[in-house]
Amino acid sequence: MNDKNEEKRDNVVIRFSGDSGDGMQLTGTLFSSLSAILGNEIATFPDYPAEIRAPQGTVAGVSGFQVNIGTGIKTPGDYADVLVAMNPAALKAHKDVLKPLSVVIYDADSFSKKDMEKAGYTTDNPFTEIGLNDTIQIIPVPLTSLTIKSLEGFGMDMKSMTRSKNMFALGLICWLFNRELDKAQHFLANKFAKKPDLLKANAKVLEDGFNYGYNQHLNISTFTIDKSDRLEKGKYTIIAGNKATALGLIAAAEKSGLQLFLGSYPITPATDILHELAARKDLGVKTFQAEDEIGGICTALGAAYAGSLAVTSTSGPGLALKSEALGLAVIAELPLVLIDVMRGGPSTGLPTKTEQTDLLQALYGRNGESPLVVMAASSPDDCFYYAYMAAKIALENLTPVILLTDAFIGNGSSLWKLPKMSELPDIKPNYAPESLKDSFNGLSRDQQTKIRYWGIPATEGFEHRIGGLERNYNTGVISTDGKNHAKMIETREFKVQNIANQLPLMEVQGDASADTLVIGWGSTRGHLQSAVSKLNKKGIKTAHLHFNYINPLPKNAEEIIRKYKKVIVCELNSGQFVSYLRSKIFGVNFLPINKIEAQPFSVEELVEEIEKL
Amino acid sequence: MYTNKDFKSNVAVRWCPGCGDHAVLASLHKSLADIGVAPKDIVMVSGIGCSSRLTYYMNTYGFHSIHGRGAVIASGVKVANPKLSVWQTTGDGDCLAIGGNHFIHSVRRNVDINVLLFNNRIYGLTKGQYSPTSPKGFVTKSSPYGTVEKAFEPAALTFGAGGTFYARMLDVDFEVAKMVLPAAHNHKGTSVVECLVNCVIFNNGTHSAISSKEDRAEKTIFLEHGKPMIFGANRDKGLVLNGFDLKVVTIGENGITEKDILIHNAKTPDYTLHLKLATMRYPDMPVAMGVIRNVEEESYETALENQIDEIKSKSKVKNFEQLLDTLEQWEM
Repeated sequence: MNDKNEEKRDNVVIRFSGDSGDGMQLTGTLFSSLSAILGNEIATFPDYPAEIRAPQGTVAGVSGFQVNIGTGIKTPGDYADVLVAMNPAALKAHKDVLKPLSVVIYDADSFSKKDMEKAGYTTDNPFTEIGLNDTIQIIPVPLTSLTIKSLEGFGMDMKSMTRSKNMFALGLICWLFNRELDKAQHFLANKFAKKPDLLKANAKVLEDGFNYGYNQHLNISTFTIDKSDRLEKGKYTIIAGNKATALGLIAAAEKSGLQLFLGSYPITPATDILHELAARKDLGVKTFQAEDEIGGICTALGAAYAGSLAVTSTSGPGLALKSEALGLAVIAELPLVLIDVMRGGPSTGLPTKTEQTDLLQALYGRNGESPLVVMAASSPDDCFYYAYMAAKIALENLTPVILLTDAFIGNGSSLWKLPKMSELPDIKPNYAPESLKDSFNGLSRDQQTKIRYWGIPATEGFEHRIGGLERNYNTGVISTDGKNHAKMIETREFKVQNIANQLPLMEVQGDASADTLVIGWGSTRGHLQSAVSKLNKKGIKTAHLHFNYINPLPKNAEEIIRKYKKVIVCELNSGQFVSYLRSKIFGVNFLPINKIEAQPFSVEELVEEIEKL
Repeated sequence: MYTNKDFKSNVAVRWCPGCGDHAVLASLHKSLADIGVAPKDIVMVSGIGCSSRLTYYMNTYGFHSIHGRGAVIASGVKVANPKLSVWQTTGDGDCLAIGGNHFIHSVRRNVDINVLLFNNRIYGLTKGQYSPTSPKGFVTKSSPYGTVEKAFEPAALTFGAGGTFYARMLDVDFEVAKMVLPAAHNHKGTSVVECLVNCVIFNNGTHSAISSKEDRAEKTIFLEHGKPMIFGANRDKGLVLNGFDLKVVTIGENGITEKDILIHNAKTPDYTLHLKLATMRYPDMPVAMGVIRNVEEESYETALENQIDEIKSKSKVKNFEQLLDTLEQWEM
């Protein structure tokens, strides 16, 4: 290390920002992994455009990756301490995320007049023009030309050399954060294992980036972040939510002894689940890329009928297309897991941005009385657990289950303690008992729990017909009798509500003795935890209740809510969960806090809004 | 080993008296008994419409689903468990209108399902609207002045989508059904069987020009692989190629002998002649019945199973925890 100032911090937020072809996602991912290996907690948030290669140098084409590293990390952070901007557009796109006293490192080679015009600047001083005040340290580094110089003699063309500038930036950031390079080199070696030439070039540039920081005596403080002391002992990795979801399903299939079948159609931001599972033929996973969303769910329903753990993955528009088939899953009482990685809507909306706006669609978006289980994951790592639980609930109760995640946790990543199969709860599908041989009618069910029995094709003596028509409760034969219809509706509703008996009781976090209760669901957990903890530190006593199970609600939810004088419901929509709670729990004055900007909450705005109420 | 009765459910059949569907159902019961596959190993899948009710009349596993989606439900069943014999019953509306996309893609994938396409050229269960196979100008409740749209040719759709099996039968022709249905079952891949079915209520007589017992010999031709394309009550008519077109000739006239008649090759991958045969229309030409195309090609689920076996044999990852071991990880 050189003799620069070292600043010790609990956490630091870094945002990498460039054109969507600049490799910012890779740079961010490498740096996150590096930090996690050194004992930091991390949370990441990729923020990328819908276009694969939007016009270069424009604000619309900016791809960002934010990571928060340190101790007690719950969110990717509201504001950045360090911004790496590969061009003027990247600087402009992220000007509002900069903290006072933050550091901006930018590629001085990419700030020509032409570059600035492309990004829509009208003056010669971009920093003043976008209103950066002088507390922000601005560090110009000629990233492009230094990268080209670094690669002299590699025999590469100009375009290929220029593309490696993200590694120069990464090397520089590693210096800034006192990260030794050997781990980073190790990651690169894995990443480019099949491209030795590219590996050599990137490794060289990375090292030169680091040495540049070291030798230039850049006039900035370097950061030292201590290891987290809050982590349980064990093996860890970094996991993105969509990958965790896929792993949860794989674990559930293995635990239940079933084949895993995914019927799906590519849709942003859910497609990574299909990618992950398509690669798992070694574990016998069958993926079927259908001709459309309807084909995705219907092949899954066919597989469920045939005795597989059946899953379909999608996002909002796909959920809309699947709604008729979901109704079929409800009336046919088949086990099915539907993963909805929510994005901004309505219609095509904002495909790469996050929102919690599919809740009411998930609960009610079907014809007829059509109850099913709705649940939500709340962080990238717990997508694993909730995907596992969604499969468990579906198989044990013969019901469709919708698991809501979203672009924020689906694409974001966090530390994940690797689970052991032995620690995961058993899964016992509700198979038709041998005693029903030759009398099973397809609608035969456990008379207490009302759960239908699963009769699997190829089993002798259990031949039966099911379908979308209402059937007689006792005989399983199609029926249009009104009283029978009522009984069937009540049976299906009872079965779903009865699942509350299988759910863990809720626990209040924050200061449980407060008068004010802050409620959230799904992916807002980290932000709400941070906001509640800040409020309590400020002396404003606040409790926090977070929902992962939405239909049915956990048994003690109402009792907890009624204990508080003031109940605030925060969500990333115009008030969908709050309207659901009002319909379930009467006489409570629920106060909503809503954000509909297709971005996660910031902790700061939550603290402010909660204080106001 | 099995008889027709083993495949009949005890549910009362509720199609209209005289509906062609009764005959196809009877043929199916008979053929399944002939094939000898156990009822427990059969899954009948259907969508919505008169023909889709067939599922309830079978003492097998069955899934009566939603409109147009039978092909994808059936694909899911077959891919999940390739040992099952999976049948899809569907109508011209269910299969070619609302389910058209699923139909062509199932055919393209060559999933081993047997599709019984009941073509009565009308929507029956919604009480008489024109369908994608209704002829242009057809007058129905939803086309009081006649339709202004062309009809689909199911065979052309099948071949265009890369189909490997296509057969045609008349609802009431048990002899042809007896040949066609087992052939569909035995073919590995999507087998499309177009059943020309009469709707007594809303489109009575739509196939009557060719369907009566007396007319069949002269107005249809039964095609069998490896056999000459001969038809007629006296077996004196045959098909020959005239340039790029098929032509009817009379054996014994103009020096034509049986040797000049085309031999049916259902197994050639080139579907040019199959298309010519399948699109022959009365009165200019006899309507082709029997197995028109029956080409061997790896089915989707077989290819998938093979791929899984291959990857499994190469991979070190045998279970979930071993998969976790492959992730970049570290001890805290």
